[in-house]
Amino acid sequence: MAITLYDFELSGNCYKLRLLMSALKLRYDIVPVDFYPGRQHKADWFLRMNPFGQLPVLKDDDLILSDSGAILAYLARKYDEASLWFPDDPAVTAEILRWHSVADDITATSSAARLALGYGYDFDIAKTQKGAHRIFRLMDEHLWFGEREGRDWLCSPAHPTTADIACFPYVMLSEEGGVGREDYPALRRWTDRVRRIPGFVVMSGIFPAGRAL
Amino acid sequence: MSSIDPVTRDLWQVIAATDEITVGVVEATLLLDTRIALTRDSDGSPVVWLRRDEEQGDEIDPASVLDRLPAITGYGYIWTSLGNPPKELFPIPEYAESDRVNMSCGSIGIHVSAPRAVENFLDMGHFPYVHTDILGAEPHTEVKEYDVEVSEERDEVLATKCKFFQPRAALSAIDGMEVEYVYRVPHPFCAVLYKSSPEAPERRDVIAIFLQPMTEERCRAHLLQSMIDSTSTITDLRRFQQTIFGQDKPILENQFPKRLPLDPRSETPIRADKSAIAYRRWLSQKGITYGVIPVAS
Repeated sequence: MAITLYDFELSGNCYKLRLLMSALKLRYDIVPVDFYPGRQHKADWFLRMNPFGQLPVLKDDDLILSDSGAILAYLARKYDEASLWFPDDPAVTAEILRWHSVADDITATSSAARLALGYGYDFDIAKTQKGAHRIFRLMDEHLWFGEREGRDWLCSPAHPTTADIACFPYVMLSEEGGVGREDYPALRRWTDRVRRIPGFVVMSGIFPAGRAL
Repeated sequence: MSSIDPVTRDLWQVIAATDEITVGVVEATLLLDTRIALTRDSDGSPVVWLRRDEEQGDEIDPASVLDRLPAITGYGYIWTSLGNPPKELFPIPEYAESDRVNMSCGSIGIHVSAPRAVENFLDMGHFPYVHTDILGAEPHTEVKEYDVEVSEERDEVLATKCKFFQPRAALSAIDGMEVEYVYRVPHPFCAVLYKSSPEAPERRDVIAIFLQPMTEERCRAHLLQSMIDSTSTITDLRRFQQTIFGQDKPILENQFPKRLPLDPRSETPIRADKSAIAYRRWLSQKGITYGVIPVAS
């Protein structure tokens, strides 16, 4: 087996895969893609792998995959022998996919605001920020009720799943898009828990959690 | 709208990487609270003007732009001015050395004033904590004594003999090494650092940060690398620099106040801040008020 990740350091969607592969102790190679300023994700050689022109792309031997949520599911199904990160149970699968979809909404809002403010993308900043706050409010409520029921993670299993990894990066990077998290205490406590998952790694812009009290 | 002091108004200000501006296509940006439009003409030369109803991405005949702002290219970037700029940009002679790899590393918006970003660039004290295992690592946290002067002749702040232990000083570094830095601040919103090159220890890699003050509390950082590196690709070298800058970004954006206080009593300095103190004093003496909190008179 040889895994190659086509990667941009400052991309939260690429970081999701680095994070899961670190938790799973998988070895992989990185091919850096100059997303900014080089726009290599729109270059012919990249579009041949992913016609949608989006990072990340992951190659596992001859198999070429794109979309961070799909790749998270693939890696977990294939390499997590304990089947914890993406369990077989139909109801849990639906829960996880539900949150993968929320993760895409976080990308369309929190990440878009970050791209607009930091990287010159022409998005409606106020609208994307408002959208991010709406999602964070819902996540905060979900996590707050979860804590009262003894559930630490986004989905019902007593351990993190790919749903937590999919939603984590652009929650953590939200301040770069001008979206503060002061009003979401349960969301903040969840980001601390994610940062204490064994095998956790950082990316540029995300720092390790402080010591547990 | 804040007022622009005359010194700032007459400076050259960076606004874009030359390569990223397409001939005949409008790029829009903000400089000193002022809406700016730019493009390049058929020779590739920059054309810059005060933006009216043009939109980003519009096609335009550059020859039709009659009322232009001053424009110049240098170090891979386009510079303009809202006033009467000097004839030339400040010098970075190394940029012209033929065996160097010169590259822009992106123009990244940050929610802090330009002088705050310059000051962070001058600071070595944060290396082990923010750039852990790259530009610093515990327990090597000490900032040793170094020299700072304001060169009258060149009108710039100069910090020399800055030494720091770095686990991975550059992409070309194999082992940790004690690295010697020289910092120059040749422009109120630009800083240049020289550090021993792992590949050619007698020469120095050059990394510069040019800040585009957009508002008093927001700027764009334009990064330049001029490296001695015969093996890495541009993509690899950009990635290394962006990794560093991506770590600085949240730290910078959490600084408060976002404008740089120039009153020596406003923040408590330590030895590591010697260059920052000289920089603040230099700004004060120049009469810069944009993006700073001036000393109360």
